Amino acid sequence: MSIAMHEISLSVNGETVRERVEARKTLVDFLREDLGLTGSHIGCEHGVCGACTVRIDGTIMRGCLVLAVQCNGARVETIEGASDSGEIADLQEAFQRRNALQCGYCTPGMLLTAQELLKSGGMKDRETIREHMSGNYCRCTGYQAIVDVVEAVAQARGGKK
Amino acid sequence: MKIVADLPSGLTALDRPNSYIGRSVPRPNLARLTQGRGQYVSDLTLPRIAHVAFARSPHAHARFKKIDVKAAKASPGVIAVVTGTELAKVITPWVGVLTHLKGIKSAPQHAIAIDRACWQGEAVCAVVAKTRAEAEDAIELLEIEYEELPAVVNPETALDAKTPIIHPELGDNLTFERKHEAGEVDKAFKDSDEIVETTFVFGRHTGVCLEARAIVADWNVGEERMTVYQGTQAPHMMQNLFAKHLGLAEHQVRVITKDVGGSFGIKVHTYADEMAVVALSKLLKRPVKFVADRLESFVTDIHARDHRVKAKIGVKRDGTITAFEIDDLTGIGPYSVYPRTSGIEANQVVNLTGGPYKCPNYRALARVVFQNKNVMCQYRAVGHPIATAVTEGLVDLAAMKIGMDPVEIRRKNLIPDDGYPCAAPSGIKFEKLSHHASLDKLVKMMGYEKLRAEQEELRKENIYRGLGFASFIEVTNPSAAFYGVGGAKISAQDGATVRLDAQGAVIVQSGVTEQGQGAEAVLAQVVASAFGVPLERVRVITGDTDNTPYGGGTWASRAAGIGGEAAWQAGKALRQNVLAVAASILQADPKVLDIRNGLVVDTDGGRERISLEEVARIAYFRPDTLPPGFQAELMATRHYVPRAWPFAFTNGIQSSYLEVDIDTGFVKLLRHWCVEDCGTVINPQLVDEQIRGGIVQGLGGALYEHCIYDDRGQLLNGNMADYLVPMASEMPDMDIGHVVSPTADSELGAKGAGEAGTAGAPAAVMNAINDALRPLKAKLLTEMPFTPERILKALGRV
Repeated sequence: MSIAMHEISLSVNGETVRERVEARKTLVDFLREDLGLTGSHIGCEHGVCGACTVRIDGTIMRGCLVLAVQCNGARVETIEGASDSGEIADLQEAFQRRNALQCGYCTPGMLLTAQELLKSGGMKDRETIREHMSGNYCRCTGYQAIVDVVEAVAQARGGKK
Repeated sequence: MKIVADLPSGLTALDRPNSYIGRSVPRPNLARLTQGRGQYVSDLTLPRIAHVAFARSPHAHARFKKIDVKAAKASPGVIAVVTGTELAKVITPWVGVLTHLKGIKSAPQHAIAIDRACWQGEAVCAVVAKTRAEAEDAIELLEIEYEELPAVVNPETALDAKTPIIHPELGDNLTFERKHEAGEVDKAFKDSDEIVETTFVFGRHTGVCLEARAIVADWNVGEERMTVYQGTQAPHMMQNLFAKHLGLAEHQVRVITKDVGGSFGIKVHTYADEMAVVALSKLLKRPVKFVADRLESFVTDIHARDHRVKAKIGVKRDGTITAFEIDDLTGIGPYSVYPRTSGIEANQVVNLTGGPYKCPNYRALARVVFQNKNVMCQYRAVGHPIATAVTEGLVDLAAMKIGMDPVEIRRKNLIPDDGYPCAAPSGIKFEKLSHHASLDKLVKMMGYEKLRAEQEELRKENIYRGLGFASFIEVTNPSAAFYGVGGAKISAQDGATVRLDAQGAVIVQSGVTEQGQGAEAVLAQVVASAFGVPLERVRVITGDTDNTPYGGGTWASRAAGIGGEAAWQAGKALRQNVLAVAASILQADPKVLDIRNGLVVDTDGGRERISLEEVARIAYFRPDTLPPGFQAELMATRHYVPRAWPFAFTNGIQSSYLEVDIDTGFVKLLRHWCVEDCGTVINPQLVDEQIRGGIVQGLGGALYEHCIYDDRGQLLNGNMADYLVPMASEMPDMDIGHVVSPTADSELGAKGAGEAGTAGAPAAVMNAINDALRPLKAKLLTEMPFTPERILKALGRV
């Protein structure tokens, strides 16, 4: 059995990447195994837990439900990219201060999901935040600290877009 | 607080310039985790690494006659296909028993099953390949002939004569039994005005760590050493077990634990597939990696709870509780888990039931039986959620029977705050608890009267809200009484080594581990305070058996209380050592010197005398300038184990306020309160977040989480879509309060806080649901999880 390889070209955190991948390889496996971007985590591999959340063409997606070959030509951003650009520095700092992470395994996905909500602008009430964050599981914190942080950062960013 | 003892400054530990005790400083290791720069075992790769996947039994109980490995061996990328028989030449089997659990028995368990699989999910063959995907491809090509055997799946009939015996050589399916009686139980029931009996059922659930179990084993045949990178809570315990079963000396095994993506008790056990990984590495002489996928996590990570408790309480008309009686039955897996055994949870239920109350009459029976289901063992708050729900459920029923407010009956019966030290009828000993102070604080925090009024008012609008309470006790800081006395090589003591580096910073090496609780932050706070430096100048190293003092790790809420005390003592010892060097340099009496804010100062007046960097420079690079015969010792090690008490019990009380939708059966959690007493609070934010996280795990068990097995022993919902865990939108905000009763067993006085939330939350929710439905004459709900279906059934609506 020999598995056909497919050449893909995409932008990952602003860098152009050309690789040959198996058709069956998920995006998150590609990021972790082929590119060494281990900040995107694998929690369930069936699209439930949100640990593998990444941005594809600006929208958050589950890295375990997208194949790498489907991302040919796409713009992919991971937690490493969002960290290095400084885009979510305030959110990361607030997570640390409020201890909104314990084991930290869900955190990269949480941050990207929170950032999506925050980018939509305006103040956020706790119910909206809880609803938006519900696709990302956390087994450690009980969520309250995460909600506190998102609420505080929304306020700190002045409710501006 | 009494942590003033021998501090030379005359200041209390809290007043010292660098006291971080009681301060909510952020954890030092969080930045990298928020940037995706953690180092979890799942992330690790090594030169020549190979990946293993396991063929797992699809049957709960089956003999397998033949494994045809030919096609699998020829599959691309495959390095080896290894059966249980072949692996048994490299690794010996084990039996999960402890001598202090009298009569507990189990059968030898192999790393990979030999001839017979005893639960759905047990590994029957390993395939090692260049990638995990290739290993899984080859698994598909294995031809395994199974002969299905009858499965034992119902604990109630496990001991019946006609039920097959899973391990015939053991004689029956009984793993462990404990009977206990104290006081005059029959007389007490006879003298009661009312007796209430009911049965509580606790669904099997599991930890669902977001990072599944992960291990990389690297046998270096050149140096005859096994390095194991493992997401574990107990590196030294695993070092001992890997060595023992591979036939190595302990010093030939190094266990390294970096970031761990959740543990909760799941990662403190010996897993057959992880033992297989170390054996495969030894066999193949190369690194082998295994990361459980989510589906195999559900059928191999230990399950917990799954208890049925028939329970009875007697009460007098004035509210005095006269007796408790329980009959607990729990169905574990086919093996008692090694080395902590699967008897501990039932044993804890016997120890803890009735524990908060002064009632002296108590009878308990606990039986643990084998099942052809996944193994069961200790998960966060072992036994506590069961004992607390049984106790608190009974207390509420008694209160209802005599028409007493649930707060009042607790006030009347909780052990008085000035009644310590004392022992419970189960034999457990309490140094100092604060049930009444906690209850008073909770009632005030939540605004009890107002909520009752609101509840009453809303009932008129057909809105059904309930309030439920749960007083609880929690086992923390275990001495050797937990495992060591039973023969397990699990360290009760822990150590800390503290060293001054050449620039005046402090390096701490500790035997406890960090899985997100904040142990490293607490150690840094304690050492900074004891030694006298700003927190930024303390670096903590944990999770490496080559580079940390021997210790137990992090479980049973022991890291802060035991690891913290060792670090405190080590910090103080290093301060003395450094002051001796400084005094020698300054030709002063060390007694008149102190270390504050990273400087050696005069105790009186605080005038700077010499910097730590200068002390280190002289001690390390110009020792020739020190007086003849003087040797600087800029490293100190101290160990600690609780000796005065077998366990440092903590206590607390929780309350849940919720609303039941009587049309859909859905429960909406509105608010949750917890007041707890873990003694000295080293980092209030970390304690509060441990409690919040613990509460939510308890809420999961109460409302959603359930490993559902069919009558053939098949797990029906073993995936994350069907096995429900709490989500952000369903969880309430939680208010946490504290009462502080330090333990006198240590100078820090800290007890544990990691399991208090999980201990009490299910009971509080259960009582709140029944409180909400009381006016509707609903049947009592005592079977967890409280699903909409069960609630609608209790209401007679389906």
